[in-house]
Amino acid sequence: MSADIPFILGGIPLQSRLFLGTGKFGADSLIPAVAEASGAEVITVAMRRVNKNGQGITAHIPSNIRLLPNTSGARTAEEALRLARLARAAGCGTWVKIEVISDTRYLLPDGYETAKAVELLVKEGITALPYINPDLYVARACAEAGAAAVMPLAAPIGTNRGLRTKEMIAILIEEIDLPIVVDAGFGRPSQVCEAMEMGAAACLVNTAIASAGEPVRMAAAFKRAVEAGRQAWLAGAGAVRARQDGAEASSPLTGFLQ
Amino acid sequence: MDILVNGKTESAPLSACLTDLLRERGNDVKTVVVELNGRIVPHEEFAQTCIQANDTLEIVHFVGGG
Repeated sequence: MSADIPFILGGIPLQSRLFLGTGKFGADSLIPAVAEASGAEVITVAMRRVNKNGQGITAHIPSNIRLLPNTSGARTAEEALRLARLARAAGCGTWVKIEVISDTRYLLPDGYETAKAVELLVKEGITALPYINPDLYVARACAEAGAAAVMPLAAPIGTNRGLRTKEMIAILIEEIDLPIVVDAGFGRPSQVCEAMEMGAAACLVNTAIASAGEPVRMAAAFKRAVEAGRQAWLAGAGAVRARQDGAEASSPLTGFLQ
Repeated sequence: MDILVNGKTESAPLSACLTDLLRERGNDVKTVVVELNGRIVPHEEFAQTCIQANDTLEIVHFVGGG
């Protein structure tokens, strides 16, 4: 059995195909243990105004992990560009998860502004990873604008509802010549496993881990689920038999005892 | 003198530099990013950058997010 190839993203080889979000943890001090249990090499953060005596999250993130700042709060491509520039100025690399959202109820990304943002950020040398609806045309526009991957949603952010967009994600995996990193809405390890079995390049999980009774244990469970799904994809699943075709014995149909 | 920090009026001593302002606010000089009147100030310029009355600053940092 040959070993898996690393996942190359933005020219960087990654061993782990689980990306970790850092929002909504009971305490930021949980993050080092969660990060370790998840095996994640890429971790998302947001950029916000600093209050007096406010402490950021940077001190809680292990130094060997690549930061993926998002542009949450941006409603237009220009706002995303401003946030991306600020994120880059923090000196933690040039990767940015583009999030452009003006819908406040379902937090669905604006495909038009997102594709425009990819174009603006790529011109500035940023490795752009856009969060998108799993829409073929938006994904194509992002690819043409130079995105390093696309990050379609499994379900609305923070809902733990699972792989609701399965059919559309399958189309992106088939049609888009970029890594598909499924992001948002996963609630359970079995759901990321399914996305990986379908050929997703990686999955990003935040709320499902942060809202678990034991976040560290759940992070470990997600790590294994991503690995299991990846191995299943590499192995290639056997054909599915139609219901009306009945069963096909696994044991020999000869040599029965009389 | 009054300056506008993150959308709110704050007072700062005359001729304060960015490093002084950040320390006064209890912020981590190494991890914050500062936009002064719309221009991002590189970290290595914090000590030499003086604040003027009515300057507009955005002081941001990374927080948890997905």
